Amino acid sequence: MSLATLTKNWEPMSYGFLDASAKREIRRKMLKAVAVPGCQMPYASREVPMARGWGTGGLQVSLTLMNPSKRVKVIDQGADDSVNAASIRRFLARVSGAPTTLDTLEADLIQSRHRIPEEKLREDQVLVLQVPNPEPLRPVQPNMSIARQMHADADYGRMWLQLYEQIVRSGRVMQGASYPSLVNGRHVMTPSPIPRWDVPKLHMAKHLTILSAGREKRIHAVPPFTRVEPLVFDDVPYKVEDHGDLTCNRSGAKGFFMNEIPQDDGSSTYEISDSEFGVKTIKQAEGAPVEFGETWYTDGEMSS
Amino acid sequence: MTITIDAPTLVKAAPLLRAQNVSKTYGAVQAVRDVSAEVFPGEVLGIVGESGSGKSTFLRMLNLEETPDSGSYTLDLPEVEGNLFDLDRFARRMLCATRIGIVYQNPHLGLLMKHSSSGNVAERLLVAGERRFAVLREKASDALEVSEFPLDRLDAPPAELSGGMQQRVQLAKAIALEPALLLLDEPTTGLDVSVQALVLDTLKQLQQDRKITMVIVSHDLGVIRTLADRVMVMRRGEVVEAGLADQIFQDPQHAYTQQLVHAKL
Repeated sequence: MSLATLTKNWEPMSYGFLDASAKREIRRKMLKAVAVPGCQMPYASREVPMARGWGTGGLQVSLTLMNPSKRVKVIDQGADDSVNAASIRRFLARVSGAPTTLDTLEADLIQSRHRIPEEKLREDQVLVLQVPNPEPLRPVQPNMSIARQMHADADYGRMWLQLYEQIVRSGRVMQGASYPSLVNGRHVMTPSPIPRWDVPKLHMAKHLTILSAGREKRIHAVPPFTRVEPLVFDDVPYKVEDHGDLTCNRSGAKGFFMNEIPQDDGSSTYEISDSEFGVKTIKQAEGAPVEFGETWYTDGEMSS
Repeated sequence: MTITIDAPTLVKAAPLLRAQNVSKTYGAVQAVRDVSAEVFPGEVLGIVGESGSGKSTFLRMLNLEETPDSGSYTLDLPEVEGNLFDLDRFARRMLCATRIGIVYQNPHLGLLMKHSSSGNVAERLLVAGERRFAVLREKASDALEVSEFPLDRLDAPPAELSGGMQQRVQLAKAIALEPALLLLDEPTTGLDVSVQALVLDTLKQLQQDRKITMVIVSHDLGVIRTLADRVMVMRRGEVVEAGLADQIFQDPQHAYTQQLVHAKL
């Protein structure tokens, strides 16, 4: 047996951009992350043709999970059509030959920045979230060595101190995004900067969620049907954004997470954040045949 | 008519704290050598000695922050038994969080300077598992009130407070869970004389009202004289003399204690 029989022949390119060993490493770390829900697994984050902080972590996971039959959807802050989302989607399609889609229902793999789609994800779908800062303890414990020990000990008392400070200072919990959440009753994770509105969607969800931070080189995961409980005081209930009774001024959709659009006269109008859901609502109003999936929220209330 | 005179509680009670033959070296330096101490419930033990005499190291070991090379340490509490130095990290943290309070000389060691004062006190309760905001708020302000902290500064961060106020926040934090043992490491050093007197007054009041068992470490004999029932004099890691406070101050036996008591500027 020689080295040549054990190794692959040299090729001018590797499928899915990353080389095989990089993909194997990320796959292993994803399996580890799934095995210990919410626990951060360090991995060797590779260079991708994108700047750190623009979703390199999510991109590496997506590239690893790609195959030519996986239909991919990329979301940037709810929108499929922003430059960043369009570029990542095109890149993924080019290096893997996979088909793309904008429709949540058709997608097999969804890479997202800051949002979870409004339509419920299924067992066969994978959600990849881009994470800028994976360490929920950083605001209360700047020393990462001690923070890791705190994770090991499940010593999370100080997380509530952060909430206490916010209530004392502002009268309510001000944490708008990256709301720290307890996964499977064991590890506190930051669910990437998704709004509070999206955190309950992760609780006992059917789909697999993988959260990856490229700059910080950490992967964590929420496997299907795993408890995800936002940290709260016993007497201060968790509240999502008051978007339940807002109406999208373009599509007329109501009861979903909205983007606020300031107007010249100082008032503001709202536009649905999940852009493809808005597009589908408009198409339906125009009489085109569209298929809607079941949504997490109905009439602005989380459906159980 | 027969009169039965009950022995004072101090005489009958078993010691709350018992440390035996505690030794600690840092490299070639023998910081603490063979120190034993007993503290009875409701009693205040003062430890005096010059800088480097090992008194702070001893106190840190009593707070389970450091492990000695040899020796044993027990607290007479229902929830713990055996040598506390053998406890694992979890048990140690829980015991320190719930039953032992400490006030450091340097507030930076004991406080989160940028969080609010009430938050600093609440942290202690959070670590012990309290998760109700209203209760946290109430208990934190109660503890701060007992420490004579002005309640209008409740949510000011310690970084904005004076040294005396910072010590009061530390004190409130230490007593928030009504600990069995309160450790004070030079609590008034670095404060000016009038503030020092006020803080000592608070400590004395607290001791009278709550009968907390205290161990106070200081190089300042005045502080020890004001608070302590019994005194231990340490020098170069060893106890040179121990006894009742009055006895030590009126009739020091050891040459070093005599020197210490008579040293005045």
